Amino acid sequence: MLTALNVMMLVFLVVCAVVVARSNDLLSAVIMFAAYSLVMAIVWQQLEAPDLALTEAAMGAGVTTILLLVVISKTRRTEE
Amino acid sequence: MHDLVLQTVAKLIIPFIQLFGFYIIFFGHLSPGGGFAGGTIVASSFILYALAYDVQAGFKRMPRLASKWLESMGALLFVLVGFAGVAMGGSYLANHTGLLDLGEAGTLISGGFIPLLTLAVGVKVASTIISLLYHLLEEKTNV
Repeated sequence: MLTALNVMMLVFLVVCAVVVARSNDLLSAVIMFAAYSLVMAIVWQQLEAPDLALTEAAMGAGVTTILLLVVISKTRRTEE
Repeated sequence: MHDLVLQTVAKLIIPFIQLFGFYIIFFGHLSPGGGFAGGTIVASSFILYALAYDVQAGFKRMPRLASKWLESMGALLFVLVGFAGVAMGGSYLANHTGLLDLGEAGTLISGGFIPLLTLAVGVKVASTIISLLYHLLEEKTNV
């Protein structure tokens, strides 16, 4: 059961990373990156690294997303 | 930008975010987390306020001068606490010299000055992230 969950999360991480790299819409890329960070936090927890999980959830899903969103709102939304 | 739902929810949820952040900071020597994670959570509450209301309203809650001083004071507190170990006759950051009671492992008041160091890191990280995002938010768009 847990192994299936882990495999699902890892596949989701790979799909997220590819979508972030290939997306032309920067806003959707940032949102996918936030989803990536959140799932990565759960993966850290599954790897028994709760300290990293907490930091990843606060830093990756929270502050980095806001930082990138503010930058997008100051510049353009699409990539050339 | 005035969104009533966003502003009301932000006002409701910000105290809980800050309480959780300080919980992470003060229990840094006992449980996962610590200065960096807790400081980030505390900073995110201020960022939420500035985004939901206005950057100027955010400056009223956390003035630019205050975040500048807090940032420097956090780093300075860490360095000074480190030198306290030297002053007590140990090496830098020495914790066993008896300056603060080491207490019983597993209780909140334990670990000598490690909670102080965690608090210093938390204050430093929180004010750094706050001033970073405020600078970005108040910058004029020139594209």
